[in-house]
Parts: sequence; structure tokens; C-alpha cells
Amino acid sequence: MNFGRTWAIFRKELIHIRRDIRSLIQIILLPIMLMMLYGYALTFDIKHVPTAIYDQEQSRVSAEFIRRFQGSEYFKVSRFLSSYGEIDHLLTTRQVQLVLVLPFDFSRPLKKKGTTKVQVLVDGTDANTANIILGYVQAVIGVYNQNVVTERLDRQGLGYVKVPVTTESRFWFNEDLESVNYIVPGLIAVIMTMVGALLTALTVVREVERGSMESLMSTPLKKAELLLGKMAPYFVIGMVDMLITIAMGQFLFGVPQRGSFLLLIGLSALFLIATLAHGLLISVTSENQLQAYQMAMLTTFLPAFLISGFVFSIYLMPWPLQAMSFLVPARYLVTITKGIYLKGLGLKVLWPDMLMLMGASVLFMSLALKKFVKKIR
Amino acid sequence: MEADKAIVVQNLTKVFGKFKAVDGISFEVHRGEIFGFLGPNGAGKSTTIRMLNGLLLPTSGEGTVAGYDIIRQQDRIKQHLGYMSQRFSLYGDLTVAENLSFFGGVYGLSAAKVKERSQEVLSLVGLLDRQKELTGLLPLGLKQRLALASAILHEPPILFLDEATSGVDPISRRTFWDMIYHMAEQGVTILVTTHYMDEAEFCDRLVLISQGRLIAEGTPRELKAAVPEQIIAVYPDRLDDALEVIKKLPDIAEAAVFGTGLHVATLKADQTEAALREALGAQQIAIKSMGRVPPSLEDAFISLTTRAGRS
Repeated sequence: MNFGRTWAIFRKELIHIRRDIRSLIQIILLPIMLMMLYGYALTFDIKHVPTAIYDQEQSRVSAEFIRRFQGSEYFKVSRFLSSYGEIDHLLTTRQVQLVLVLPFDFSRPLKKKGTTKVQVLVDGTDANTANIILGYVQAVIGVYNQNVVTERLDRQGLGYVKVPVTTESRFWFNEDLESVNYIVPGLIAVIMTMVGALLTALTVVREVERGSMESLMSTPLKKAELLLGKMAPYFVIGMVDMLITIAMGQFLFGVPQRGSFLLLIGLSALFLIATLAHGLLISVTSENQLQAYQMAMLTTFLPAFLISGFVFSIYLMPWPLQAMSFLVPARYLVTITKGIYLKGLGLKVLWPDMLMLMGASVLFMSLALKKFVKKIR
Repeated sequence: MEADKAIVVQNLTKVFGKFKAVDGISFEVHRGEIFGFLGPNGAGKSTTIRMLNGLLLPTSGEGTVAGYDIIRQQDRIKQHLGYMSQRFSLYGDLTVAENLSFFGGVYGLSAAKVKERSQEVLSLVGLLDRQKELTGLLPLGLKQRLALASAILHEPPILFLDEATSGVDPISRRTFWDMIYHMAEQGVTILVTTHYMDEAEFCDRLVLISQGRLIAEGTPRELKAAVPEQIIAVYPDRLDDALEVIKKLPDIAEAAVFGTGLHVATLKADQTEAALREALGAQQIAIKSMGRVPPSLEDAFISLTTRAGRS
């Protein structure tokens, strides 16, 4: 291992990157764009659900019932209807996601038998959202029911009656259930995978394709020196991108960072090494740049996006996907970043994830070197 | 090994699977010599070169380059060798100076040394005033000269030129060879593979490789003298038709297009001349001129290769 030769490769790669506008864009603009996109657009918070109400009775009781919905920040009552025909149009054109229908005899059975019915129509296109909306509706009605019952008992002279069980909910770690708080830590892993693996996947195969590999190999340059020299600039870039991501999370989105900043940097660097080595492995085993790019997309970026726990919870996936996720280094970094950011965790809890990242780094590096030696000989 | 031998190779053999790419080649190259390595495509030239510059291990046989063993001291060989390949190996998006600085770094030269040597080699190849230009924008002839400059930056005592001038125009090639001569005079040993016959004439000595075997060795003059056939140069008016007819004649060792005419190699020149006139006349092909010429290196190359192929 000769530091001078590695340094020569490092400097040359930096010049390549600096002169190639496409890689520059990918390095600087991509993380910023991803942050903006996911930070602002990918919100799973459901509030202000556009709601229409068809109140057929138009009584004092029904108006009181409706007011409960108007007073909640989860609903935005935008339309009052006068016929069934309008409902179909509003739901198909997605002008509203929820319709409440109060029948002509809404209050009469309530007085006589003590119970009545209301029809709830939800746009079920997105099952997850529909469930959440239905939950909100039931919660509002639950409070209404409780009020009506206690009022009734009060009138019968039973006085103020206590409800047996009430819930006192607290959400831990992400108190306000802001989705940006768990998107941003996960994004660090996705962005680092993208910059790290996609760019390095091209570097070795490019030399083979353009015919300069033969000349490089007839110099005293060692293969390990070449790989290391090619990895180093992307390591620097990956770390810079990571700092950009952290800074944007902190100052633009106000994401709290509760754990050790140094630990966050250190473990991310470890992950970056594994990802860069993975990119190099792809590069030395590919025939051309296109193939390398597709392989990198398929084996690094997509898994980091889909089965790392970045957005979709791994525990809810079918077991084959859960099993596959163990092979995705991003999974461990997502656990780490979310743990450090939201829970303020330290190595006491995160050490298994750190070990996995170490293992992945060693595995990918030695595989890349081994395949490289075999290929060029 | 003796001090005046730059390259010594004995019984060098390389087998890929069942294919014998190089089959028991032996030769020696003296210090300061321009040594030519000739042969048709796929003859085993590149494989031999790759065993000599430390990229490939021989299946059997042995050799030394610059005094270092080709099996055990590949790293030392690489440090003492300049290599310029047929494929352009410089980086188009780096400037002339950056390319040199990169290769200097890879050969372990200090920054000061790179600076000093860059000026020397750039003035040698006439690129001193273009250091800041992007290499990709240079014309091919100049790229080739820069490749030469980067191959000799670390002052190697031995230089390999692997079809280094392919695709370069004749004037640039001429300039290139003047530089090669100049380096040989300084004591640099130069190993050349080429398929330009005029370049082969520039070599002090040559070996001819065919199907992995060494089939001839000597100076260009010796190789030409080794041709047993006589060469008849024919200039007919319909070249392709004439070649068809001539190839069917008896006693013809080889017939091939040579410039605007044909070179016909034969052991029985008088009979062949008569047969030629008769056969071409029968096809109404006019002969503009015909006469005997001394064999060129290309004639020698074709004659020796076909003879080796037959045996």
C-alpha cells in the first residue's frame, strides 16, 4: 500500500467529478431536492379532511351534531348538500373525501328510542387514509355520545356520572406525530446510498470501457490502491451531503436531534464505507456503465428506499421481505439515525446495528478486491 | 544476466484453457535497441507483451525484463517500464499537465520531480505551450505524443510501444519515430509491435510471430534476404480480376495486392512470367508493366508467415 499512488488516483477522480456537470448535479442538487420533496410533500399527517354534509333533517339537534365536525381541525366542512346526486360527483372528482348523511328522521328515534343512525361515506381509494378518517369520525361521535348520555342521566336526577375509562394518550419520541421528524433521519440513509453507490458503481467499469485500465495496470499501481483512491473522493462527498441533509433537517424543518452528533456522524461514515464498497463491487463485476447503473439502482437504491424502514415499517411486511431487509445495510442506518434523532439512543442500544455495518463494510470491500483481482488478471 | 541485455525470454508459453496463445518463444533484446515484434492479429503478440510488462503470468518458460524476473518481480518491472498501448489511455477531461501529474504520482515521483520531468518530456514531444489544454480536445497526433510523454515521464530504461501509432496520420507518425530514434540513441530500449511495414523497417531487429510461434528473427535486411522466392511485380489494368486469375496458376507461392499492382512470389520466375502473360491475355487483361523486384519486408512477412502456416 502506497499512499502517494492512492493520492494520485484520489486527485484524478476529483478532477473527473469537477468537470462532469451531471455528477456535480447529482452530488449537490440531488440531496437538496430530495430533502425538499420529502420534507414538504411526503407528509403522512392527515388534517383538514375535505368533508361534505347532507343534512336532510335541518333541525336544531342535527345542527348541533354537525357543529362537532366543524369545530375539529381534522375536518374541513366545505359543502352542504341538498341531494344524493351530488355525492357521487364530489367523491369521484376527489373534491371531498368524506360525506356525512343525516337522515330525515335523525332526531326522532334519538328522542323516542334513545338511538339513531348517521351514514358515513369515505373515499376508500387509499385504504390507509380511509381508515384514519373513519377513526377520526368515530372519535368525534364518541365524544358526542358521551355528552348526550351524561346529559340524559343528569336530567334523570342521577347527577354527574363518571365515565369508567378515559384515555390519557402521549406519543413518545415524536410527540406531535410530525412525519417530517421520522422522514428526515431516514432520508440520510437514502441520500447517502444514492450518492455513494450510484456514483462509485460507474468509476471502475468506466476505466475498463475507455481502455485506460490496461495502462493503469501496467504501472506500479496496486488494485487495492486504485479502489481506495476511487472510494476516497466519494467518501468526502457523501459526508458533505450528509451534513447538508442534517443542516436542512435542523434549520428548515426543525427536526429535533436528541442524541450524540458525533455518534451520528461516525456511524453514518461507517455506513458510507459499506455503501461505497458495494458500489465498487458492482463496478468491478459489471460489463459496462449502463449495466452497473441498473445494478446499483436495483440492489442499493431501491432496497434502501423500500425495505430499510425509511417510510414503510418493516414489521408490517410479509416475512420474505423482512428477511431480505437484513441484507440491506440501509436498514441498520435507518434504525441508527431514527434512534439517535428521535430517541437519543447511544451505542448501548445501537451496537448490533453498528456491528452489522462493520460486517457489511468488510464483506463488500474484500469481495470487490477479490473480484477485481480475478477480472483483470 | 549480462548487462547489455534488456530483455531475455526463454521458452515462454501461455495457455488459455486449451488454446496455446504463445508457444515456446525465445529471444533477446539488447540495450538501446529498437526491437520489432511482428505478426498477424491473434498471433500472440499482445499476450507476449502482457507477460513481459507484468500483467500476465506465463504458463511456463522464463524471462527477465530490465534484469527483473517476469514471474517473481512484476512490480519492479512495472516501475522500470514505460508502456504505451494501442488504445488511448490518457484522460480526455484532464489537461495535458494534469495527465502528466497523475502518471507521475502513480509512478511515485515527487511533486517537484513531476514538475521538472513534465517540462523535459513536454519539450521533447513539442507540447510545452499546450499544458493547460484539455487532452480530449487535442488532435490525435498530439494525443499520441502526450501518451509517449506520460510513458517516459519516470525515465524508464525500457519502453513498450504496443501498436502505438495506429490511426495516426503519416506525418505525425514520422515525427513520432524521430522521437523514438532520439530516445534509442540515449540508450532506451524500445520494443515495438506494429502492423505498419514501413515502421518495421525502422527497427534494428525484428521477430516474426505466427500462431504463437516465433518463425523468424533478424534485421529487416536479413529477413528480406531469407525469402527463397523471387518477386514479380505486375501492374494489370483490372486488379481484382487479375488477382483471381493469378492465384489459380501453378508454382505461385503467394500473390497479393501491393500498392496499385500485385506482388507475385514464385520459385520459378521465368516460367511464371510466361504463364502470367498467357493467362492474363486469355482474359483480355492488359499488363501495363511487369518486372522483378527485390522482396520488401511485407513480401518477407507474407512469405514467411504462409510457409510457417503450411508446415
